[in-house]
Amino acid sequence: MRRVTSLFAVMAAASMALAACGGGSSDSTSTASSGGASSAAAGGGEKIKVGLAYDIGGRGDKSFNDSAAAGLDKAKADLGVEFKELSATQGETDADKEARLKLLAQGGYNPVIAVGFLYGGSMKKVAAAFPNTQFAIVDSVVEGAPNVTGLTFAEHEGSYLVGVAAALKSKSGNVGYIGGCLIPLLQKFEAGFVAGAKSVKADIKIQVKYLSNPPDCKGFNDPASGTETANGMYDAGADVIFAAAGGSGTGVFQSAKAKTKLAIGVDSDQYESAAADLKPVVMTSMLKRVDVAVFEYIKAAQAGSPLTGVQVFDLKKDGVGYSASGGQVDDIKAQLEDAKGKIVAGSVKVPDKP
Amino acid sequence: MSRFDPRRAGMALVAPAMAFVVAVALSSVVLVVAGHAPMTAFRSMFDFGVQPDNVVNIVNKASGYYLSALAVAIGFRMNLFNIGVDGQYRLAAMCAAVIGAAVALPGPLHILLIVVVAVIVGAIWAGIAGYLKVYRGVSEVISTIMLNYIGTALAAWMLTPAVFATLENNIVKTPDLPESGWFPGFATSGGEVYGFVVVSALVGVGYWFLLGRTRFGFDLRATGMSEPAAVASGVDVKKMVVASMLLSGGVAGLVGLPILLGASHSYGQDFPAGIGFTGIAIALLGRNHPIGIAFASVLWGFLDVSNQILDLEGIPKEIVTIMQGTIVLAVVVAYEVVRRWRVNSEQRRVAAQLGGPQAPAAPGPATTAGVA
Repeated sequence: MRRVTSLFAVMAAASMALAACGGGSSDSTSTASSGGASSAAAGGGEKIKVGLAYDIGGRGDKSFNDSAAAGLDKAKADLGVEFKELSATQGETDADKEARLKLLAQGGYNPVIAVGFLYGGSMKKVAAAFPNTQFAIVDSVVEGAPNVTGLTFAEHEGSYLVGVAAALKSKSGNVGYIGGCLIPLLQKFEAGFVAGAKSVKADIKIQVKYLSNPPDCKGFNDPASGTETANGMYDAGADVIFAAAGGSGTGVFQSAKAKTKLAIGVDSDQYESAAADLKPVVMTSMLKRVDVAVFEYIKAAQAGSPLTGVQVFDLKKDGVGYSASGGQVDDIKAQLEDAKGKIVAGSVKVPDKP
Repeated sequence: MSRFDPRRAGMALVAPAMAFVVAVALSSVVLVVAGHAPMTAFRSMFDFGVQPDNVVNIVNKASGYYLSALAVAIGFRMNLFNIGVDGQYRLAAMCAAVIGAAVALPGPLHILLIVVVAVIVGAIWAGIAGYLKVYRGVSEVISTIMLNYIGTALAAWMLTPAVFATLENNIVKTPDLPESGWFPGFATSGGEVYGFVVVSALVGVGYWFLLGRTRFGFDLRATGMSEPAAVASGVDVKKMVVASMLLSGGVAGLVGLPILLGASHSYGQDFPAGIGFTGIAIALLGRNHPIGIAFASVLWGFLDVSNQILDLEGIPKEIVTIMQGTIVLAVVVAYEVVRRWRVNSEQRRVAAQLGGPQAPAAPGPATTAGVA
């Protein structure tokens, strides 16, 4: 027994050490130095302190959280705001999230922004306890809390556009969708992608797979299973896969490279963040401009007229879209812009449920 | 064996204390290398951890950790490794939440029903592994790990809007329990302490009584220490394996209930996962002893809660994970060191009493379980 006990101890210790490594670099916390951009540049607005709480993964996930971080960095550079960012831990409870938001509110950070809908419950409680602080939550809506702004996105509209792109680029008439976790938010991506692909080619074959199931949404950070699933889809005839799976997208790109097929990134422009050898397979990315939402929200708060209620960042507001870096969609840009125009004009309604 | 021996008790405390010191020392080294002052970090963690609302959070967390570690410890004492506590408690919490939300009963009965459902589901899930071990010779380590995946998938299937779940602001969760199914807590200046803390403590007492004061407990420990000896003294080992897996799973079924009955009132995407694995570390640290586990749970809760302040002060909070890892590793090493030292000193004493000049023999690897 003793030997086995030791073995388990080593395993437990090792897994924790790995968890620590994967925890990202929360020491990148920084505040605007006084020598940086001055608040005068922001048009005379009062200098504010922004508190931001990340979802699991934190700054450095090359996806969702990084997009929020980009908005924060832009706010610091353009508006001269100070900020403090805190990150989440795997397997934490609502009470932990509550404590985190409370720390920020107590520390005088106003507004306080939470990244990710899992903060919904905790934000409601903390917002009630700090009625004079403005709160915002990305990807969710908190009802009955006047000082909480919901920053949501029309992900289905952006996904529609990359669905159009996938169908136009597919030679086999077979495309794939890989979601990180089978949750309604990700089904919005699926619905848009499917509708977009079918708008180009009504009888196109679309393979749909999710990497994990709630509550254990590890599929957002599991590149190995991304590779495996993508291998299966490519082998079954797909030649373009939309990877709406956060950090697992890298695995899909690797599979695409090995099989010389194409893939589509998500949230941020993944052509930019991908390793050099993977860039050629990232034909476009579905952009979810969390950075735009975060920046716009901070800007309004700085100007003294905070955004309130539910803010939907859609195609019209450039809250979602597609990326063109790498030049692989240049030849179909006309069709993409046409589809975009129709959605913005309202003549095409994109479904948000599969 | 049950007589209190201050020498033994002293040595039982030396090992975890040593482990803690080693962990603090190693974390300090990492902090210094990363360019932070260790004392500042530890002081701010302590100051933060003793604030009333954080104390409440620590106690609440510890109540779940405690149950999880007890579930693991029941197996450990019998030389069984229930690695499946994680799957067991999540599936149990899921089923308890669904059934609890579907019925309307007067308060205490409602809570009792939820608790019973959770215990039964946890016991069944662990019992499968027990059955497979006894009748099919499948190692319980393998089967419980595999059952974690199956349990996760099963709970995920039940947690789709088409089956049992509802959708609330992008979060899928089971319907809320009616208020009669909420376990009343204790209001304090720092918020509400889960009432289920009391149940956790009672389970701890039950564990101590069952293992230390009953025939069943004796059989269980005997089987863990030496199976052939247990068989020779008439213990039905197969029955014991199944019984202890059922017991371990039943306790595991309770792990999610402090949160379910005290705070979330529903099972959803935001329900914490991983407490089952934390329980393994805590059981190791607490040396399978109900009081040791209680201290270890509170320590773990403290570390988990107070790391947030590090983030605010710009110190990487991952240092806490490193600390937890080193504590577990160091505690096992420390126990081995203390054990060898004790064997040596006993041999020396015996040798001195016999007046013989022979040097103490080097202690070989021990073959018995659960020394402490």
